[in-house]
Amino acid sequence: MSTSSPPSRRPGLPLRARLATTVGGAAGRASRLAGRGDGSVIGGVIGLRLEPDLLSLLARGRSVVLVTGTNGKTTTTRLIAAALGALGQQVASNAFGANMEAGLVAALAKAPDATMAVLEVDEKYMPAMLGATTARVVTLLNLSRDQMDRAAEIWLLARRWRAALASADCRVIANADDPLVAWAAEEARHVTWVAAGQRWHDDSWCCPNCGSHLLRDGEDWHCGECPNRRPQVSWVLAGDEVIDPTGGSRPLDLILPGRANRSNAVIALAAAEVFGVGVAQALSAMRQVRSVAGRYTQVRRRGCDLRLLLAKNPAGWLEALDILAPAPLPVILAVNAQVPDGRDTSWLWDVDYRRLRGRPVFVTGERQLDLAVRLEADEVAFRMVGSVDEAVDCAHGGSMDVIANYTAFQQIRAVLGRTA
Amino acid sequence: MRQGPGGGYRPGEPAGPSAVRLVWVYPDLLSTYGDRGNLLVLARRARLRGIPVEIAEINSDQRVPADGDVYLLGGGEDLPQVLAARRLRADGGLAAAAGRGAVIFAVCAGYQIVGAEFGGADGEPLPGLGLLDIRSGRGERRGVGEITADVDPALGVPRLTGFENHQGTTRRGPGVQPLATVLAGVGNGDGTEGARAGRVVGTYLHGPALVRNPGLADLLLGWAAGPLPPIDPRQEELVLDLRRERLAAAAGANA
Repeated sequence: MSTSSPPSRRPGLPLRARLATTVGGAAGRASRLAGRGDGSVIGGVIGLRLEPDLLSLLARGRSVVLVTGTNGKTTTTRLIAAALGALGQQVASNAFGANMEAGLVAALAKAPDATMAVLEVDEKYMPAMLGATTARVVTLLNLSRDQMDRAAEIWLLARRWRAALASADCRVIANADDPLVAWAAEEARHVTWVAAGQRWHDDSWCCPNCGSHLLRDGEDWHCGECPNRRPQVSWVLAGDEVIDPTGGSRPLDLILPGRANRSNAVIALAAAEVFGVGVAQALSAMRQVRSVAGRYTQVRRRGCDLRLLLAKNPAGWLEALDILAPAPLPVILAVNAQVPDGRDTSWLWDVDYRRLRGRPVFVTGERQLDLAVRLEADEVAFRMVGSVDEAVDCAHGGSMDVIANYTAFQQIRAVLGRTA
Repeated sequence: MRQGPGGGYRPGEPAGPSAVRLVWVYPDLLSTYGDRGNLLVLARRARLRGIPVEIAEINSDQRVPADGDVYLLGGGEDLPQVLAARRLRADGGLAAAAGRGAVIFAVCAGYQIVGAEFGGADGEPLPGLGLLDIRSGRGERRGVGEITADVDPALGVPRLTGFENHQGTTRRGPGVQPLATVLAGVGNGDGTEGARAGRVVGTYLHGPALVRNPGLADLLLGWAAGPLPPIDPRQEELVLDLRRERLAAAAGANA
C-alpha cells in the first residue's frame, strides 16, 4: 500500500478508507521489513479494523475476477492475471495466496490505480467476498475434501455457493466436469461452462440435487434418478489442447506441468475472454509462467536440483504424484498438521501411495510418523529424515522432487530461500 | 466394486480357504475422513499373519452382502449420512450380517447410523439400523482434536489414541457398554467414548482408528479369524512410535 498515491483515475476513497489503507500499508511494510512474510495480511487486517467496508470501497470502480475452489486457486489466479496483463494495464492480484478478506484488501490497496483485479478467494468466503466486491467474474474450479477439521462440509459449501450465485449479476466460469461445481453454478444468470476435467471422483459419487448415484461415462455424468446432468460446454480441455467456443483448437504448451495446470489454464482462458483477451494472446502470456508462489520452483541445493510441489489434500496429491519425474528419481515427502494444514492426518489414507514403490523416498515433516505408517501399509520403502538437506545429502547430486503440504511447504521454502 | 489390497470378494460364493472377508460399506457416502485406512490396516494385519483376505467395496447402489466377516463403516457428511442410513435400512444386508454374528466396526457418522436413532441434517431424529441401542443427536459443543481413552479392561486393548471431529453426542441404552472412558477429548459426551454390544463396535475416533490402535484392530480380526499368531515386532515398530508420539501430543495439549 502507498502512503502518497499518485492522482487516481478511479473514484477517490473517502477519508476514513484512505487512512485505513495508509495505516495498513505502513503495518504491512513494517511486517515485511521484520522478515515476517510479504506483509499483506497484517496490513489488510488493520485496514479492516479501521474501516470495515474497506474491501467494498477498494473494489469500487474496478472489474474484479474472483477465483475459488479447493485446488488450483493460486495458479489459476496467476494465469488469469498474466492473460489480462496482455491488455497493457496494471492488474491487482493477491499473488501469494492470501485469500481471505484481509488478503484481498491488501492486494487492492497495493494497486490503487489498477482497474482490473484478479483475486483468489478461500472457498468458504466466496459468497461474502462476491457481495463485498460485486465481482464481474467468478471462476469455480473444483470442490473436494480438504482440512476436514476446519472446513465446512463440501455439500454445504456448494449450497452456499449456489445461493450466492443465483442472486448475483456476475459471469460465472464453471468447471462442468465437477458435479458439485456444476450444481452450484446451475442457477446463475450468466455461466460459461468449461470441460476442465476431474480426476478425483471420491467426493462426487452422489447427485448433489437428489442424492442418487451419478452415472459416469468418461467425463460425462448424469444422475440416475433426477434430471441433473453435465451441462453443455463451450470450452474443452482435450488432452494437451484447448478447444474454444468457435471450435478451434490449439495446443496449450504450458511450462507449468501436469493435467491440473492444463485444467486451470483452460478456465483461465475462458475468464480472460470476458475481458476481450483472445486465446492466442492469453496463451502467449500464460506460457511465460514458470512457477507460482513457490510451486514448481526449481532450486539448487547442495549440488542437487529440487523441484517443489505443493499438495494439500487427496485430490491435490493425486495430481502431484502424477507429475513426478519418473523413477528412479528420488522423492521427498513432507507433511505437517498445523492448523492451516488441517490437524487431522487421516486424509493420508485416502491417497494411494503404491505408485511410489521402486524409487527412493524420503519422509520428513512434523507428522512424518503418520506418513511413514501410511507408506509402510502400501509397502513403499522409505527413509525418515530430519530435513530436506538430510535427504539431499543422501542423494549425492542429481535431482529430486519434493511434495509438501501447506505449512511444510512454507518451511521448506524458507529454508531454501524464497526465489519465486 | 474397486480392487482393494486383497483378493476380490464375490458375495455369495464360498470364501477361499480360511479367508477373512472384509466389507467396506458405502465408501461413496461414508469415506470422507480417511477411514479407508481401517480397511487397509485390517487387511495388512491379516496378511502379515498369513491369513488370506478378500475385500468387497460396496457402494450405495449395490447390495450389501450378508456373508462377510468384518463390515467397516466410515465417517461422512450430514446428507450422505442420511442417505446411507435410508439405503442400508432398505437393503437389510448389514442387519442380516449382524444377525449371523459378523463383526461390525463403525466410525463417526457410521457409528451413529448403526444405532437406534441419529440426528438428521436439521437435527430431526431419524431411524438408524438398530444394531446398537444408542441414540445420537447434535451436541452443544464440537469435539475436534486429539482424543485418548482407556478401553474396558475386559477387552485387553491398550489405550486408544485418535482424532475426533464431530458435533454429535451419543447416549447408550441399558444393554450397551461404552468402548472406552475418555481421558482427554469429548467422545460420546458423557465421559465415555464409543459403544459396543456383541460384535458391533462403534467409535468417534478417526486417526484412522485401527491404524493408531492396532490392539483394537486385532480384537476385531480375532473375532473374525480366531486366535491370531503374533506379528513380527519389526512390522510394529513404526506404529508403536506413532502411538507414543500421539499419546504424548494429546497429553501435552491437555496439560
